[in-house]
Amino acid sequence: MSLQLKLGNGENQQMPTLMSGAKILLECLVREGVDCIFGYPGGVTLPLYDAMYDHPIRHVLVRHEQNASFAAEGYARATGNVGVCCSTSGPGATNLITGLVDALMDSIPVVAITGQVTSKLIGSDAFQEADTFGITRSCTKHNFLVKNIADLPQVVHEAFYIAKSGRPGPVLVDITKDVFSGQGQYAPVSAIHLPGYKVFTEGHTGQIRRAAQMIWEAERPLVFGGGGLVASGASAELRELVEYLDVPAVLTLMGLGALPSTHRNFISMPGMHGGYAANMALSNADLLIALGVRFDDRVTGRLSAFAPHAKVIHVDIDPAEIGKNRAVDLPIVGDLKRVIGKLAKVAKELEPSESGKNRAARAAWWGQVRSWQEAHPLVPATSTSEIKPQHVMREIDRISCGEALVAVDVGQHQMWAAQFIRFNGPRQWMASGGLGSMGFGLPNAIGVQFGRPDKLVFAVVGDGGFQMSIPELSTIASYGLPIKIVVVNNGYLGMVRQWQELFYNNRICAVELDVFPEAEKLAAAYGFKGRTVDRVEHLSSALEEAVKEPGPYLLNVRVSPTENVYPMVPAGAALNEMVLEPPRPVTVPK
Amino acid sequence: MLQTISLLMENKPGALMRVTNLLSQRLYNIESLTVARTLDPTLSRMTIVVDVDSTLRRQVIKQMNRLVNVLQATDLTEAPAVSREMVLLRIRVTMETRTAILKEAEIFDARVVDSSVEGFAIEATGDPEKLNEFIDVMRAYGEIEVTRSGMVAVSLEAKKLKLSAPVPAGAEASLQPVR
Repeated sequence: MSLQLKLGNGENQQMPTLMSGAKILLECLVREGVDCIFGYPGGVTLPLYDAMYDHPIRHVLVRHEQNASFAAEGYARATGNVGVCCSTSGPGATNLITGLVDALMDSIPVVAITGQVTSKLIGSDAFQEADTFGITRSCTKHNFLVKNIADLPQVVHEAFYIAKSGRPGPVLVDITKDVFSGQGQYAPVSAIHLPGYKVFTEGHTGQIRRAAQMIWEAERPLVFGGGGLVASGASAELRELVEYLDVPAVLTLMGLGALPSTHRNFISMPGMHGGYAANMALSNADLLIALGVRFDDRVTGRLSAFAPHAKVIHVDIDPAEIGKNRAVDLPIVGDLKRVIGKLAKVAKELEPSESGKNRAARAAWWGQVRSWQEAHPLVPATSTSEIKPQHVMREIDRISCGEALVAVDVGQHQMWAAQFIRFNGPRQWMASGGLGSMGFGLPNAIGVQFGRPDKLVFAVVGDGGFQMSIPELSTIASYGLPIKIVVVNNGYLGMVRQWQELFYNNRICAVELDVFPEAEKLAAAYGFKGRTVDRVEHLSSALEEAVKEPGPYLLNVRVSPTENVYPMVPAGAALNEMVLEPPRPVTVPK
Repeated sequence: MLQTISLLMENKPGALMRVTNLLSQRLYNIESLTVARTLDPTLSRMTIVVDVDSTLRRQVIKQMNRLVNVLQATDLTEAPAVSREMVLLRIRVTMETRTAILKEAEIFDARVVDSSVEGFAIEATGDPEKLNEFIDVMRAYGEIEVTRSGMVAVSLEAKKLKLSAPVPAGAEASLQPVR
């Protein structure tokens, strides 16, 4: 019955129907195409869960609200659709926050529904009351508090529109208990009007023309792409552009997969742990075609020394990104998919004669880039006596063949995964880029698997982050999600230890994780298979076994405890001052 | 340095909080802030005077324009604009100084809005510097109590207001280009 309310548009207006606020919310979610909600119930959301009892929408019960917001993000990252999470008031709402800020930093479309105490009780320190609306103002792209049932449908559709349009982001809708349980006249909302919410999509035609000219004139052009390419779905257009112009491209952590990792024009990820060639290309280019990047400090190194010879064309959908960190020579505000498409078209129109193509300079530039790649390629460390974490990534890469979806946590393993796992397309690589939230990987993979049930999903996590979200093993078991959890276990909070070694005089403090549960027993306790490997010769077969297993699998890989991530641009250094190898043999006190 | 920002925004609960949060999260101190509804009661006009590093001024305006409830944020710091402030001042006076105070008030174009045996309540408007002088002069005559309105400013340039058009609600909404 409820699905009958799904309308194509507002033309065939329906007679208003008397419904509870909770049902109205569910109808609005259905109209937004939502098929699953990651949530955790509580006191004030009881009326909502009562309405879900006989509603077709799927609710996924996680084990902690933080993981509901991470899972919703995973769903959104993997599908491009809005991920939805839900919690009760007070502690439920405050627990969602890390995932919301994570989504804000990485521009991921998420709608969070939180319950609020009855409107009359707001401000009275009622049980499980928190000022969710105030607390989440700076954690979201926008937020709403609904105290009147008549506002509910409009607000829900506005929330989805804001979350997914322009620069995507999280939107929170706080709904009081009396709105959920009250009755109101519901008629589907046909249109929403946000007069002050501006979305710039097309890009200025004159600016695009000038960009094309600058690209033809450049001798050492470089595409510098980021997460905006993935958000915009601009992969096909990007590929056409770089192939037509034959320009080398680097992609940031958030942009990985926007071009296939094996594409001949793709150099590598730049930045703090990026490839030598990518960082050298940035340091020597005379033109950056910056597409959906925000010149983050982890990518630029010392900002004043970043791409010192380059003019910058910056395309972004968010005007506030233009000139925020790096002065821009040519700004274009618009949706990357459209702007890149137009740019390719205009570039073809303006194609100079053979003599005006800078053929010699461009060939020399490519030669230079290739020589950097050959001089210091990203090669995984290997050993016969211990498992190197880089080797684990290469093995996952071998099994994935570029097809798997990989959710990672935060830290050393995240960087190794970014360096060595390859992707054939966008939305295969899920990483907490901006916020760097530990505990992200496992719950994120849950959302990814719900969004893409047909796909092989890896949760590649460190032993630290894994233990932050270990309760979600229960969710994975409960829904029988065939996620392959690979714990890259070095017994340390490795990235922090790496910094203590390098920049804090080797004073190793509070980073040892000396106790880790036995994987086989831990998995068995939840009713699925698990195993620990600590010998190189067992790694391949163990991974194959994990992938063959129809259900979840927990593979705990004991890797070299002291391995550090290289190359590395030390904080405050320029990209071309990157350190390629460990400065000295490192001894870690027992 | 002090930056003057004029905002046209939706008259909705929480809108003010979004604007002030944006400034306070960067620890920018607000010198003054005035807000009142416009001819259209669904909108408010806000004038903010805030201490912002001059290199970040453009960024602050962009961040304000990004707020969903803000229709237009304009930097009036160096733009052609008129700004005014009002002061309500109470002064205790003696019989001997009453006439002199009234004369001073006249010089500053100030109006007496209440008069009693104890003293006057005086209203003055003008640009902030003029008001500072007025307050200094009044202080010389006795004990004063001052309430300032904060600055209101109006741009002298007609800046076209670009508003977004309605979009269809529901799953298809994102496919709809807005402008």
